[in-house]
Amino acid sequence: MISMISIKNVSKWYGDFQVLKLCNTEIAKGEVVVVCGPSGSGKSTLIKCVNGLETFEVGEIVVDGISVGTRKTNLPKLRSKVGMVFQHFELFPHLKVIQNLTIAQRKVLRRGSKEAKEKALSLLETVGLAAHAGKFPAELSGGQQQRVAIARALAMDPIAMLFDEPTSALDPEMIKEVLDVMVKLAEAGMTMMVVTHEMGFAREVADRVLFMDEGEIVEDQPKADFFKSPATERAQQFLSKILSHGAQA
Amino acid sequence: MVTLAARLDWSIFFKPAFDGSGTYLNFLLAGLEWTLLLSIFSWVLAFVVGSIVGVLRTLAGKRLRVLGATYVEIFRNIPLLVQLFLWYFVFPEIVPVLGTWFKQGVTPAMQQLIAGILCLGFFTAARVAEQVRSGINSLGKGQRAAGLALGLSLFGVYRLILLPVAYRIIVPTLTSEFLNTVKNSAVASTIGLAELSRQSQQLGEFTAHWYESFIAVTLLYGVINATVMIISRVIERVTRLPGYVGGQK
Amino acid sequence: MYEFDWSSIPGALPFLWAGMLRTLQITGVAIIVGLVLGTVIAILRLSKNWLLSAIATCYVTGFRSIPLVMVLLWFYLLVPQLIRRLIGRSDVDIRLFSAFVAFSLFEASYYAEIIRAGIQSVSRGQVHAALALGMTGGQAMRLVILPQAFRRMIPLLLTQAIILFQDTSLVYVIGLAEFFGVAYNTGNRDGTLVELLLFAGAVYFILSFGASMVVRVLQAKAAP
Repeated sequence: MISMISIKNVSKWYGDFQVLKLCNTEIAKGEVVVVCGPSGSGKSTLIKCVNGLETFEVGEIVVDGISVGTRKTNLPKLRSKVGMVFQHFELFPHLKVIQNLTIAQRKVLRRGSKEAKEKALSLLETVGLAAHAGKFPAELSGGQQQRVAIARALAMDPIAMLFDEPTSALDPEMIKEVLDVMVKLAEAGMTMMVVTHEMGFAREVADRVLFMDEGEIVEDQPKADFFKSPATERAQQFLSKILSHGAQA
Repeated sequence: MVTLAARLDWSIFFKPAFDGSGTYLNFLLAGLEWTLLLSIFSWVLAFVVGSIVGVLRTLAGKRLRVLGATYVEIFRNIPLLVQLFLWYFVFPEIVPVLGTWFKQGVTPAMQQLIAGILCLGFFTAARVAEQVRSGINSLGKGQRAAGLALGLSLFGVYRLILLPVAYRIIVPTLTSEFLNTVKNSAVASTIGLAELSRQSQQLGEFTAHWYESFIAVTLLYGVINATVMIISRVIERVTRLPGYVGGQK
Repeated sequence: MYEFDWSSIPGALPFLWAGMLRTLQITGVAIIVGLVLGTVIAILRLSKNWLLSAIATCYVTGFRSIPLVMVLLWFYLLVPQLIRRLIGRSDVDIRLFSAFVAFSLFEASYYAEIIRAGIQSVSRGQVHAALALGMTGGQAMRLVILPQAFRRMIPLLLTQAIILFQDTSLVYVIGLAEFFGVAYNTGNRDGTLVELLLFAGAVYFILSFGASMVVRVLQAKAAP
């Protein structure tokens, strides 16, 4: 097993409040790990620590052999290798769809503009949105914007992808189109860490499921085991609440 | 810079002024008096007229709204200095009874002060009007409707319900408007009013101690600024309504 | 009833026009320098380095707490000495140059506040998205934050520019003749001060009001 993302004993405080408590886990190359849990459990914070968007006080995070959070770390370089998809899409509104995909390729990876454009168009093709390349993000629906956001992250040829509640801000009828893209990505062998409530997605493509509560990783199990019988009571309660509201395929 | 500071002669403020009014320090403080006199009277005029115009702009009658808008546009689109000269040079010539009184029945110093108050007052009133209008509008139509439904007259609704809250909301902007008035009072120096900036120029001309003069006056303006800000914070705190922090809900 | 005598205006038009060009010249220089400097100061104010942030805050607070008249007087005092020291020439038009410097620095402090608010109004999510793609802080500011901030701030920046246009009349206090100065001097000399002042007022009104209407149209287009 080649470790892609390694999180060791990570703790983080916001002032006096401890938001992450000794989190430990490893994600291997090609693994798809789903992180779930109630709001405020720290899952978004944890995933943002992986690419250095959030800092942490104690512990160590290593991504593809590079330690995140030391003073010497070249964060921009690391971030260019790890893709991130946000809950609110965060496409750049002043740039057209195709420019959203090419800007980082050109400015960060220093690709030529022709090469960047070709890559962008081919990725837009993959997510089914090539026809919208010349539009501005505001002209697209939420589901379309999120698919573009995924393509934007993929344009950097990342070694791993982080998803921070990618479907939480979408209207129900658009969730499927985004999950379909994510499933295809998983099946193609991408290393993925996904914070989500979508248990159907987890059941379909996750290798492992992490359950977080109040800053701790309470459960860390292979998918089948997690869904059959979660070890802790907190996880059981959470799962029953989620599943009873039809939040799955 | 340092050699300059060493060469400054601060004792100039204790030497007698050329006009026999006491020391130069007294000379400057006399200027401060005129500045404050002008600022405060202008502010009172501005507040009253501005409130009326601001309310006019929120009433249902179209003609009243246009009247208010016209007022604001006229006083906003002509430079303050030009307005001052219009009041000082043009108004006495054109307006029949009052104009003659102004030219003949009043001392020169009073002429300058009156012109200054009228100019600064009506100019600032346009800005106060906009703030009052936006304060009232931020309350939404519901408050007005509720007041009318209780049987209050429109005047009563404004007096008892809308204005008390609107004024509290705009205390910060009104404060900054008063500070603007103090700064704008310096314009009156151009028609000879012996306010602070004019005194500093006179002091420089008569003693050639320009740096000392300007530094002292700059500090005085700074002190006025700081004092007004402190008073304003107190007013804000005293009049604060729960649920409305920092000027918005 | 006052007897209006508009006769001195036609003859003075060439000079009034030259004065207006001077007004626009000062306005233009101050806008350009003010925007550039204002952006730098705004970014410094938001910097995590407390010293840089403090310097920027002092700059902004300083210029905003004293009258423009004092700023003009200050630079009319300082600039000639500085020029002599730096360039050694004294044939430069001192009044005009000190007006350029005074207005540019003054305007920059007002622009800095507008731009700072604009930068802060861009959501943190946008910053995160830019950084997550591997952009450096500088790239994120340049490529993602500033473009968005400026689009939002254009109405306010333009309105401030209109105010600046009106404020240039204050160079009267350092004896520089731009449009208003020419109008006043002409009226004073010809004994038609009333007419010239009314004329100047009308011209300023038409230009400022016109410009503010354009701003309003732009605002309506940007946020339908």
